[in-house]
Amino acid sequence: MKFSLTLSLAAGLMATTALAQDKQVTIASWGGSFQEAQSKALFIPAAKATGIAVKEETYGGMSDVRLQVSTGAVTLDIVASGSGSAARAGAEGLLEPLDYNVIDVSTFYPTLKSEYCVGGDVFSTVYAWNTKTYGDAGPQSWADFWDVEKFPGKRAYRNKVAGALEPALMADGVAPEDVYKVLDSEEGIERAINKIRELKPHIDVFWTSGAQQAQLMKDGEVDMTTGWNGRFDNAAKDGAQVKYSFNQALLDYDCFAIPKGAPNKDTAMAFLAEISKAEYQDDLPKYITYGPTNKAAFDTGEITPEVAAMLPSSPANAAMQLPISLEWYIKWESVADEKYQSMLTE
Amino acid sequence: MTADLNAAGLRRDEAAERLALFGLASPALLLVLIVMVLPVGWLFYVSFVGADGGFSMENYARMVREKSYGRIFLQTFNVSLLTTGLCILIGYPLAYFISGLPTRIANLCLITVLLPFWTSLLVRTYAWLVLLQKQGLVNTWAISLGLWDEPIKMVHNLTGTLIGMVHIMLPFLILPVYGAMRAIDRDYLKAAANLGASPTRAFWTVFVPLSAPGLFAGALMVFILCLGFFVTPAVLGGGRVILVSMKIVSNIELFVNWGAASALGVVLLALTFLILWVASKFVRLEQLTGGGH
Repeated sequence: MKFSLTLSLAAGLMATTALAQDKQVTIASWGGSFQEAQSKALFIPAAKATGIAVKEETYGGMSDVRLQVSTGAVTLDIVASGSGSAARAGAEGLLEPLDYNVIDVSTFYPTLKSEYCVGGDVFSTVYAWNTKTYGDAGPQSWADFWDVEKFPGKRAYRNKVAGALEPALMADGVAPEDVYKVLDSEEGIERAINKIRELKPHIDVFWTSGAQQAQLMKDGEVDMTTGWNGRFDNAAKDGAQVKYSFNQALLDYDCFAIPKGAPNKDTAMAFLAEISKAEYQDDLPKYITYGPTNKAAFDTGEITPEVAAMLPSSPANAAMQLPISLEWYIKWESVADEKYQSMLTE
Repeated sequence: MTADLNAAGLRRDEAAERLALFGLASPALLLVLIVMVLPVGWLFYVSFVGADGGFSMENYARMVREKSYGRIFLQTFNVSLLTTGLCILIGYPLAYFISGLPTRIANLCLITVLLPFWTSLLVRTYAWLVLLQKQGLVNTWAISLGLWDEPIKMVHNLTGTLIGMVHIMLPFLILPVYGAMRAIDRDYLKAAANLGASPTRAFWTVFVPLSAPGLFAGALMVFILCLGFFVTPAVLGGGRVILVSMKIVSNIELFVNWGAASALGVVLLALTFLILWVASKFVRLEQLTGGGH
């Protein structure tokens, strides 16, 4: 009895200390080299500058947030997410709307934020090729990726619909700016899937993860694959014979969101405002080749022209790419993925 | 009179003993209730909850409407059957061979059969990937030895999936089969020979039927474990071999409710029970748990 009283007193004291120290946030991300980069460039410096204590965790994505919100036991204040799943989670009511009076996004690329999620880094879904098979002059468009006469060899493609239909339509001759117009109907989705069906005999592997993309190229298991640009840069650093192009690539971003009912919602908002500043974002490319979402980060002098040329969000590279349409994913993703899975099981 | 008293006393003792046994078993029973019965019940309930949170059959309707679900179930059963068949083809002769060895050597052999069990499933699966891929050990060695000229595609397809799954499932077949074979009195074979049966005939008419319960137990165990297999087909199938377990995962990621995935789980569970029921028509299931002797 006495012991438990002491315990609860101690707990009470600790709670007061926490209150005195006041501000803290719990952030969940994907772990690995990605979270390490976020931590070094964004979380740790921002915590130092603001005095907000940061607790980092890893999590399994929006299904974890769904579980926390639906059981009313929300422990996470900030989550890092893909833009598409964040958009769907927001539409589902799992996220707090962000206050853009607190978070300054005036120098952001306008498409790299949404009501529920503010962009943290930019990445591209690109086509990459084995330089041993094709030399430096590999495919330069999605039409080339589909051209098995000009570029004979085995392909790998994604096992989910996200980022899979847009390339197919571009290969089918649809102009990048019209892709989402065409996709905005069941027939358009069918058209894209038929195009993939056409390439399917040459697709050896349908990849599930970024690590797998790198492994497939490193081991020479396929000659060409789609994937995320940062993974191929890392694979190349590891000695893989791989190159990729930004032409017609899909410009996408990871973002930060606040789960509905987060325990430290206001602190989280202030913290997001801090890490969205150019002075933090310009450090991210030092740790991973993903670009800033804040355009001003290119003007601080931290990102050299050589590094900038490698980043998806550098103005020159961004101009070549098709930005992902979140509205399309909210509206069509589950319908399209059923059709896509059906094609995979044929 | 005394006999009646004795009988009553015996009955009382028996009841008391049963109660004590029940008391001893109750923690396990409670555990089964908490970790098995309740979650399955919850799964069943959730599978009838639609996207809007109300009662709905949409999760089951989707499975009928979309052709991919039928194909995925078919492929799951196909892969499970093939794996079981291959395990029998490889495992039965091996178990027969080991069961004929002197005990000490047989035990040593069994340890080598069990050894893979002590390694992580994931490690074993990735090891197969390293061995079988285009520039993997098998292809490079075979080409340098002149066995074939071009790399053969052995992984990222059904072949690779089956190789990995058979390797992982083999101990589940060998152990019960070995147990059954060890229990067979070899004098029966001598008696058959004495009555004029050739060794082949004695093997097929005496030995095989006697080992059948063990074989059946092992095969059923392998088959049912295969139905829910995830890691190995996901890694070695190259996204071309899609089984129910993988569809469950992708449904959890894709749909806004748990129902879509739960309904798949319920159907898989129901089909598994159906198989057990059909199996029970051919053989007494008690034999599987060793209770039927």
